[in-house]
Amino acid sequence: MPVFYGTDIQSRLMLGTAQYPSPAILADAFRRSKAGIATVSVRRESGGEKAGQAFWDLIKELDVALLPNTAGCHSVREAVTTAHMARELFDTRWIKLEVIGHADTLQPDVFGLVEAAKILTEDGFQVFPYCTEDLVLCDKLLEAGCEVLMPWGAPIGTGLGLNNIYGLRSLRAHFPDVPLVVDAGLGVPSQAAQAIEMGYDAVLLNTAVAKAGEPAAMAEAFALAVEAGALAYQADPMEPRDMAAPSTPVIGKAFLE
Amino acid sequence: MKIVVNGEKVEVTETVLDAVLVELGHGDAKVATAVNEEFVPATLRAATSLEAGDRLEIVAPRQGG
Repeated sequence: MPVFYGTDIQSRLMLGTAQYPSPAILADAFRRSKAGIATVSVRRESGGEKAGQAFWDLIKELDVALLPNTAGCHSVREAVTTAHMARELFDTRWIKLEVIGHADTLQPDVFGLVEAAKILTEDGFQVFPYCTEDLVLCDKLLEAGCEVLMPWGAPIGTGLGLNNIYGLRSLRAHFPDVPLVVDAGLGVPSQAAQAIEMGYDAVLLNTAVAKAGEPAAMAEAFALAVEAGALAYQADPMEPRDMAAPSTPVIGKAFLE
Repeated sequence: MKIVVNGEKVEVTETVLDAVLVELGHGDAKVATAVNEEFVPATLRAATSLEAGDRLEIVAPRQGG
């Protein structure tokens, strides 16, 4: 099971809290997902609204670790200020650092990401960077103090799965001791299983569960998928090959001409 | 004086941040603040004075992915 900044997590599934049809369905989805970490955010609140308190009461009952994000931040300064506000509100040093670089693809501004990661690490945060699978970028993020890497599978909310298997596999091979999480782009459980089969420590998703016709059932399907993926990884999968090889023994076959 | 609260111009009579929050209805709310894009910890609200035109952000926990 994954260990993030010294904390043992009893699940390979990390689940977002946004876009559910209702708070009750959110809570049900979390129960069936067995997720160990919930991602959360901070947003503007008007006087007397008390929506923040209501959401806080709901997530406290989920009994999971909280990972606040800086979603929607497009600059280093904005991300750093948001991270500070999140640390105070959620009482955690963990931050899922997003510095968005492109409005259409929501792909990270990798230059801003490294800069913000360095500032936040120096300020005592434990940074979970939402990044691409670029090896050089990931090296820089580790140098900046990150002890977890969260490359995307595909752009946020697309459900396209693992767009660059080679890049993700390469990252796993280069950083065997760094906890790696595929964050974003997953649509169905088989894609989550695929990430874990490759040796990834966890997957983080939201839309795939929240926007499913039956969110709680889909949450359980993802829970089963990551368990299957982990068991397969531990079982040491065979190497693929180009040529066919008979699985049934050739010796002893009757000659029936 | 007029300040900008979460992007909207608002008239307030108080000037110290913790009193402004009470005036705006956030007295006992679970909120975090930033003034002119700089985070202001809850512990410093009583020592933070606002001036006309300051931009105050007030945020609370929300759903996120």
